[in-house]
Amino acid sequence: MRLSRSAKVILGVVTALVFLFIYLPLLLVVVNSFNADRTFGWPPRGFTLEWWGRAFDSPGVREAVVSSLWVAAVSTLISLVLGTLLALALLRYQFFGRDVISLLVILPIALPGIVTGIALNNMFTTILGVSLSMWTVVIAHATFCMVTVFNNVIARLRRMSGGLEEASADLGAGVFTTFRLVTFPQLRSALLAGGLLAFALSFDEIIVTTFTIGAGDTTLPIWILQNLFRPNQAPVVNVVAVVLIVVSIVPIWLAQRLSQDSVGIGATRVKVTEG
Amino acid sequence: MTLKTQHPVPGAPPAAAAVPRPKAHRFSALLHRSPNLRLAGLVTAPAGWLVLVYIAALAALLITAFWTVDTFTGKVSTEWTTENVVTVLTDPVYQRITLRTLWIAIAVTLIDLVLALPMAFFIAKVASPRWQKLLVVAVLMPLWASYLVKAYAWRNVLADGGLLEWLGAPIGLESPGYSETAVILTLAYIWLPFMILPIYAGFDRVPDSLLEASGDLGAKPLTTMRLVMFPLLVPSIIAGTIFTFSLSLGDYITAQIVGGTTQMLGTVVYANVGAANNLPFAAAVSLVPIAIITLYLFIVRRSGALNSL
Repeated sequence: MRLSRSAKVILGVVTALVFLFIYLPLLLVVVNSFNADRTFGWPPRGFTLEWWGRAFDSPGVREAVVSSLWVAAVSTLISLVLGTLLALALLRYQFFGRDVISLLVILPIALPGIVTGIALNNMFTTILGVSLSMWTVVIAHATFCMVTVFNNVIARLRRMSGGLEEASADLGAGVFTTFRLVTFPQLRSALLAGGLLAFALSFDEIIVTTFTIGAGDTTLPIWILQNLFRPNQAPVVNVVAVVLIVVSIVPIWLAQRLSQDSVGIGATRVKVTEG
Repeated sequence: MTLKTQHPVPGAPPAAAAVPRPKAHRFSALLHRSPNLRLAGLVTAPAGWLVLVYIAALAALLITAFWTVDTFTGKVSTEWTTENVVTVLTDPVYQRITLRTLWIAIAVTLIDLVLALPMAFFIAKVASPRWQKLLVVAVLMPLWASYLVKAYAWRNVLADGGLLEWLGAPIGLESPGYSETAVILTLAYIWLPFMILPIYAGFDRVPDSLLEASGDLGAKPLTTMRLVMFPLLVPSIIAGTIFTFSLSLGDYITAQIVGGTTQMLGTVVYANVGAANNLPFAAAVSLVPIAIITLYLFIVRRSGALNSL
């Protein structure tokens, strides 16, 4: 198939337009965080740093950042352990129920957030009678963050040969020593990539969070949602949104560079469909 | 349970086994001898977590939908009733909301398909390898930017006197304001990368030689696309639609942020968990998107899109 020059140009223009469509709204948020007009009128009427200053001085924002960081850190830690164990089990062993489990691990992210959210909310409040808190958020987040670690680790394991581990065992190293000295060093960058993605995913998750968070607690996305409709706070929300964009994109960019297992799709949710 | 390791460890345990060893070593040796035990050690925690936390929660959700709320205490009472489910299915209000949600999900999926196809084709088959890598990363980055921020960005775009109004004014287009159309636009925006990536991967897997062969045999580009490329691409397209469709179906935050008064199934679920405090009814409503998605997965199961899921 040979495409004519004009067909290629048209395709290129369409692609450029779609990219414009993807990036323009995000850029607008960045611009509006400096926009003196508090109703987001376009074109901007003037440049101001006032909103940035107010965001940094706001105790509500600071508190929300701290709890978001805490939730993301703890859920990342849990999903690192669980995701790695699961990847090792699924790739190294054949057993009954293996396919079911590999489907199970992607389910929390393939089903709409609201289903995961209400299911967990219902289980915590109605069935178990646990009151919602930051810990219930962590449990929920760890459940859907596990898949990013799992995907990264399993992609790495596929490329690793078991030979080194066998050699290590033959030389007398125990199971744990082999993991510590042979397997883990090879997994390190995959773990870092998966962990960063899990962190980013947890840091800005909103739907499941609204259903599992305690009444008095706020994470950063919850703070945004609460202040979104207050005209007085809207410009500060822009600033927080910019911070969220940066905080979620930087780890992803890093993770991209760390995981060379594929073009990076291996590190994302979409990889889910590609196996 | 039958079990075999993929990398069988040959040979007996190391000769040093005769020397008395500390407990940790004995445990390690035990694990070394027994692959069953190793597997159990690996799989118990994560599988247990998924089953106890997630599957149990989904099962409980299904059961709760058939319970009711005590009108006096406001607590969930475990009396069995099909009332919630019947109301959701027969009340015209909820039927309308279901249809609207379905329409929004379908419209979002179609828009994303139209935008993603030419773009994915360009990235996979026209762009140079260097550009290809760059463009894929450029699609991936916004995928991970916060969902909330993206919905919020559109609140900025659609605002009164905002960017869209300003852009549309010279060509006589009006901004839809905060409305159902805004919800469709915003959701299409948010889920677009989920459509582009699988379709891109699909295009990428079609060997160039196949396309050249088709061209050499006299097929025009459009014919090649229709007869060679499209059939190979169907599973990828379906994989993309599963995401855009299923994720739109469960949405309520976007509706809340840019939808004005637009109500979706998610809105009803959220209202009943929070303000109305009727978890059984919320559970019953949430069964609707679950049922629709299951039905959709069932229909597309034969396409092969699920084999790789």
